[in-house]
Amino acid sequence: MSEEKRKPTPEEKAAAAAVARAKAKAAKEAREAQANAAESDTGEPNGEGRADAPQAEPPIEKRKPTPEEKAAAAAAAMAKAKAAKEAREAANGTTSDADPDAKAKAAAAAKAKAAAAAAAKAKAAREANAGETSDAGMDEDAKAKAAAAAKAKAAAAAKAKAAAAIKSNTGASSVEPTAEEAPPSKNQPYLDRYVQILTERFGKESIEDSYINRLSKEVPTLLIKNEHWHGIAQFLKEEPALQFDYLSNLHGVDYEDRMEVYYHFYSYEHHHSLAVKVKTTRENASVSSVTDIWAGADWNERETFDLLGIDFPGHPNLVRIMMPDEWIGHPLRKDYEPFDEGV
Amino acid sequence: MPTPFSTGIRTEEMVLNIGPQHPSTHGVFRLVVKIDGETIKEAVPVMGYLHRGTEKLAENLTYTQIIPYTDRIDYLSSMTNNYVLCHAVETLMGLSIPEKAEFLRVIVMEMNRIASHLVWWGTYLLDIGAIGPFLYAFRDRETIINLFNELSGARLTYNYMRIGGVKWDAPPGWIEKAKEFVQYLKSELPNYHVLVSGNEIFQSRITGIGTYSRQDALDHSLSGVMLRCTGENWDIRKNEPYSIYDRFEFDVPVATEGDCLSRYHLRLQEIEQSIRILEQALDQFPEEGEVMGKVPKVIRPPVGEVYVRIEAPRGELGVYIASQGKDKPWRFKLRRPSFVNLQILPKLLEGVNMSNMVAILGSIDIVVGEVDA
Repeated sequence: MSEEKRKPTPEEKAAAAAVARAKAKAAKEAREAQANAAESDTGEPNGEGRADAPQAEPPIEKRKPTPEEKAAAAAAAMAKAKAAKEAREAANGTTSDADPDAKAKAAAAAKAKAAAAAAAKAKAAREANAGETSDAGMDEDAKAKAAAAAKAKAAAAAKAKAAAAIKSNTGASSVEPTAEEAPPSKNQPYLDRYVQILTERFGKESIEDSYINRLSKEVPTLLIKNEHWHGIAQFLKEEPALQFDYLSNLHGVDYEDRMEVYYHFYSYEHHHSLAVKVKTTRENASVSSVTDIWAGADWNERETFDLLGIDFPGHPNLVRIMMPDEWIGHPLRKDYEPFDEGV
Repeated sequence: MPTPFSTGIRTEEMVLNIGPQHPSTHGVFRLVVKIDGETIKEAVPVMGYLHRGTEKLAENLTYTQIIPYTDRIDYLSSMTNNYVLCHAVETLMGLSIPEKAEFLRVIVMEMNRIASHLVWWGTYLLDIGAIGPFLYAFRDRETIINLFNELSGARLTYNYMRIGGVKWDAPPGWIEKAKEFVQYLKSELPNYHVLVSGNEIFQSRITGIGTYSRQDALDHSLSGVMLRCTGENWDIRKNEPYSIYDRFEFDVPVATEGDCLSRYHLRLQEIEQSIRILEQALDQFPEEGEVMGKVPKVIRPPVGEVYVRIEAPRGELGVYIASQGKDKPWRFKLRRPSFVNLQILPKLLEGVNMSNMVAILGSIDIVVGEVDA
């Protein structure tokens, strides 16, 4: 990083870009960690500065920095580092009401720093706001830094801030997962019960994996072994303690190394839900049909067969439903190439 | 249903093709029926004429770019389609939405629900032979469309919501106009009943046809009005509240007959409930505040998958997204209520008189854009 102290050269710009990229990455990690954490972490009162998507600019600015811009960059970086620190503190345990605080502080800092130039002030305030939780702020900042790197002094200041920002972000991301694991999901008891009932009846090896999908409203998710699926499906519907009488959704996903069929069930009897995934190979994609259990699976399985080429043995009428009957290939497969007679 | 006259005249089965270009199918939907005399023996729906491959297209679009495509899925209620995509991405990323944006979302979604039900009301009656109601329904729907036009710049494909909020704030005076419309519709709705609901010929036309049980409905994954007409008290707005629906008081209309008439009444009652929600939402509408939350410039949800479902005018509208941490979805799947609800049609048509076909098909309330995706 110390080589940035020299006059602006192409290498320096590249270095600045690298720093920016590293920072963006750190910010992304932090954000992902935040996304995984409880919603209250991101739940902030309204009135935040919005990140204006249309204003997106290329991450590395080539234009010459004017004195005002330099000041703006410095002020922005300062304010952002401060905001990032505040954000980290907030992430460390204080509730979301720390955010307006952080914002105010960041804005004040920016104002003090850039009092000379009104434009710089505005920019700093904007960046300070954006920089708190989102990586949009990081992008902005990266930009500001790239501009600042053109001038040695500004670059040095920005660098310090960048380091601080990275530190604070990694700090946040290392803290959040532990905070996330601390409270078990409200649906954990449901999941435990499903797993217990199913293992008692079908043995441990029938369930490959079971977890709470925290990204999807904490739905209990089971990964069922393909060969056990039909028996378990029948059981899911008929077992009085489970009674998943409603198939909400059924579709397939092509993961390139495997296929998965995803089911979302709901029980109108007990008012609980369950997501089930069944894996299959791409070459001989085949998952037992559940049309005999839930009639609503009929067209969904036909659609999955049509678009992804997954076979559903036991389906009474597994023919194409969206594409014409003579269509060649399965369009939603990742390696699908449209067949053209003329070529 | 046995043939009404046992005259001993020999009949034989014939195959009749209906559609894809047929006014009663509300789009390019085709039905191949095997009839014996006037009794339907078997009905086979054929679809895909309007398949545009939205799910495939979405895999090559950024999340924001998918929003206009959702407008074109169920083009009678684009707002709920917009919402379900944004809701899925927001759930995946754990974003919070400013209060004002949530209010605007609920207001436009409920207005769109009314507009959608009005279209259904008009066209359904058109299907079974009443020309007049259609004109009234479209007259009132026009006001909603104009309000949306003022808000988003489009009459049908609004592209109004964004991940993190909504694109446009309500222009000055818009809320007042919306309030005025809600009061107008409230006073106008009884006329709908006077015009049609009380008509004895109409009632006997659709009472007791297209009937199925609650068990049938659950087996066939029916949702929305198609499920509630069999006695299941279930509305995702109420039972799994999303957005700010838990702040408003409203009832879930439920019927137990499971026939076409009960579905007719439920849709009209849902308009009343939407009016109730709108009254509260418009009264509590915050004048101040942002309409966009803080979102990253590039939407990159974390690696993982999400499935959310909401209550659209036609039933349970769901979105599944498998994300690989990129700015584009790995897999995007829409659970379309029209498509799923239509599955019960062959069962409903079996053994009924040919003249009831249109009345039963119409009562399911399909939008072919949504059936075919």
